[in-house]
Amino acid sequence: MTAVQSVPAKSGAAGAAVFPDSDSRKYRYFEPRSKRATHYEDVTVDVQPDPERYLLQDWIISFPNGKGAYTKDNTAALSSSWHAFRAPDQEWERTHYQRQSKIETMVQSVIANGRKSGAPKGFDKAWVKILQNHLGAWKHAEFGLGTSLMQAQRYGYTQMINNATLTNSSYKLRLAQDITLYLAEIGMDIPGFDDAAGKRAWLEDKGWQGTREAIESIMGSADYLEQYFATNIVFEPLVGELFRSGFLMQVGSPNGDFITPAVISAAEADYERNLANTIDLMHLLVTDNQHAAHNKKLFQGWVNKHVALAGKAATGLQPIWSQPHSKPVQYADVRAQSVERIKKILGELGLVLPKE
Amino acid sequence: MSGTLTLNKITAQRGISVGDAAKKIADLGWNPSYVQEAMTFPTDYKIAKAPKDPMKQVLRSYFPMQEEKDNRVYGALDAALRGDMFRNVEPRWVEWMKLFLAIIPFPEISAARSMAMVGRLAPGEDLRTGFTMQMVDEFRHSTIQMNLKKWYMENYIDPAGFDITEEAFGKCYATTIGRQFGEGFITGDAITSANVYLTVVAETAFTNTLFVAMPSEAARNGDYALPTVFLSVQSDESRHIGNGHSMLMSMLKEPENHLLLERDMRYAFWQNHAIVDAAIGTFIEYGTTNRDKTKESYAEMWHRWIFEDYYRTYMLPLEKYGIKIHHDDVQTAWKRLTEKHYVHKVAQFFAVGWSANFWRIEAQTDKDFEWFEHKYPGWYAQFGDFWKWYEKLSHRGQTNILFNSDVGYVYPHRCWSCLVPCLIREDMVTGEIDGKLYTFAHELDRWTAVEAFAGEYQGRPTPAMGRFSGRREWESVYHNVDIADAIKDLGFVRTDGKTLVAQPHLRFDEKEMWTLDDVRGHILKSPLLTLREMSPADREKHLAEYRKGFTINPCN
Repeated sequence: MTAVQSVPAKSGAAGAAVFPDSDSRKYRYFEPRSKRATHYEDVTVDVQPDPERYLLQDWIISFPNGKGAYTKDNTAALSSSWHAFRAPDQEWERTHYQRQSKIETMVQSVIANGRKSGAPKGFDKAWVKILQNHLGAWKHAEFGLGTSLMQAQRYGYTQMINNATLTNSSYKLRLAQDITLYLAEIGMDIPGFDDAAGKRAWLEDKGWQGTREAIESIMGSADYLEQYFATNIVFEPLVGELFRSGFLMQVGSPNGDFITPAVISAAEADYERNLANTIDLMHLLVTDNQHAAHNKKLFQGWVNKHVALAGKAATGLQPIWSQPHSKPVQYADVRAQSVERIKKILGELGLVLPKE
Repeated sequence: MSGTLTLNKITAQRGISVGDAAKKIADLGWNPSYVQEAMTFPTDYKIAKAPKDPMKQVLRSYFPMQEEKDNRVYGALDAALRGDMFRNVEPRWVEWMKLFLAIIPFPEISAARSMAMVGRLAPGEDLRTGFTMQMVDEFRHSTIQMNLKKWYMENYIDPAGFDITEEAFGKCYATTIGRQFGEGFITGDAITSANVYLTVVAETAFTNTLFVAMPSEAARNGDYALPTVFLSVQSDESRHIGNGHSMLMSMLKEPENHLLLERDMRYAFWQNHAIVDAAIGTFIEYGTTNRDKTKESYAEMWHRWIFEDYYRTYMLPLEKYGIKIHHDDVQTAWKRLTEKHYVHKVAQFFAVGWSANFWRIEAQTDKDFEWFEHKYPGWYAQFGDFWKWYEKLSHRGQTNILFNSDVGYVYPHRCWSCLVPCLIREDMVTGEIDGKLYTFAHELDRWTAVEAFAGEYQGRPTPAMGRFSGRREWESVYHNVDIADAIKDLGFVRTDGKTLVAQPHLRFDEKEMWTLDDVRGHILKSPLLTLREMSPADREKHLAEYRKGFTINPCN
């Protein structure tokens, strides 16, 4: 080994010369969650600045009310360290596109292969009506959550919170579109399939009005964190999983439909990730060394409000379980499972499910 | 061949058309009847006509397309390392990337956030799909750029500056200009910021210089990574331009929007010119070592992309819809870039302040002088001696150029509107907001801060319009502070606790590197606070002197 030549450097490559910080090859302005920063942290942390980190001159444009681009009071929740949150799914652009692209490829393959084999023509007739009316209505629920989260990703105090909300929105909007195009495609193979029936059901059917009200309540919240909380902590386990896993994925196959469960399955995996992100963020807030009690009280209020709405939504959907010819699952059983599920989720946060 | 049986024909199945797919997806939305969506980002515009989505793309095709683009980008970065790119890269260029890449991820992610603002304002759901994809695109741009910066940090000879990047962004006298740009996308009237300033002007006009001209110059300096990433970024922009134009067309339908559109087009064009041309012009003209006289200068590229393409084919046609276009502003910007040497004065300002930044700035040399004079006649007479001084004073033991009275440079006032200093001295104006005195680089900057960003415009209430706020003049933060203490407070010191991150040269040798002790003993002053402290008579005299400009002393 010869000594490294320090002058003159004839190369712009790392190691071509030794001088102060010539080996400083890590971002050194933030504390990683673990010993070493993850790739997600490197490309995410502190990209959205604030007066604490590190706006020397404060926000330099304000809204007419004097507030800057991002303020902590966009939610009623309080935190002694909004910057501590790291999304457990570690999503950044590359992983997001890889995952979304794989899902789209899988969904399209399943639909194309199913159609090639003539599967839609073999669907049970009662099941076809269910897809047309109820899956057709459900796509609007997913879309509503997607647009609500798209709105919410503008407000969080840190890049980590907003990016996790953004990817959640992206997953929801993808699913809404997947269902839309799936129904349009099988509709071409099924004589008399009414592609517009789903929206009519969403807007007019009595059974869907509870779900629509629950979704519109989330969309109408002016508290971004309530939107994120209500979506993943309450609506998804009590209505989302109930309908997707508890009905579509289990009832499809016995009624001759192996395509719908595959199209929907991706959403359940999406939710696991979004739930993990949400629980981690909310857990930080309910264990905050200064504001835990305030946040717990606030969240319990959100639970009470949205559980009531979600309960009404689930009850409204109950008759759908009796519509297929083949009924492998009972509403009461899957409802009990979803109640157990939300109890576990709330238990993680020290919150309780209100009595019906 | 028509009778031939092929596998495609055997397996083909009827699909839905792109138009049908877009139509069905646009029908996912509805008008809520139980709870109304909260209108949290107000605008003074009226939007009654639902905009159309010109691209008609759906997420099913979008995600695989983007993944494929990503694969090419990351493959190219790997190939660049295998090809030993950094052995041949020009450090002069990569150093400026410390500034550029500190700034750009924030405006990008701000653009993602701003889609929430326009998404809710547009009636109908047609364009919401377009906004959704733009939101995810901008998330892509922000994190792919952070990744590129990390890659430079890991592989370039001097990682200092990259390693403090986002912290530096919040603090530096130069990045404050970039913050004005990024905050402009997300604050104030939702249409002014997220549609006109961001999409209709920044993305449609100025991304050409940002994301096309800069990559070309990068490649000339042995940097193949930046073109790979940024041309991929630019390939998303056509969709964003479509979104902006569609929204603009909807707004044009309402005559009562026309006055606001005239205001916002004027503000957005002028401020994009002032900010983007300052930064990108400097990177391209002063960050390069390539002095090929046959290549276009920044001014020539500006004429092609901004003047010919944008002004003539995008802005001018708006007149037929009844929007007053301020032709003089475009001409004035062009004159600032050519006759008034705007970019060169910005580069000079950045160089004067080198010790308080976080990248290295190398002196321009004889080879550079010849090119500048060829492209910008009269350049040498104004700037030649300055750069000779800069080289001379780049050695430790010399007095920091910022405080060296031998040079003849007069530190500029900061423009309260664009935050670039008032470098074209004869154009500097002052104005008052709420009884306080401010300085502006140009009358249009004064108009922007005083008249446009206000609660009323030409007699019309504009309650949604934003305000300029915060400690906008960077210098006032360190008024009467020793430069060494300011640098330490900024965090622009290497981990040995004494060597500056910034250096006025590219000599990668500890003996040559300036430390806090080399700059200590000089006090920073805020030009604005100093001006306010003057008596009215002294102030007028000072302003008259300032507008006369200065002469750099000969450097022998």
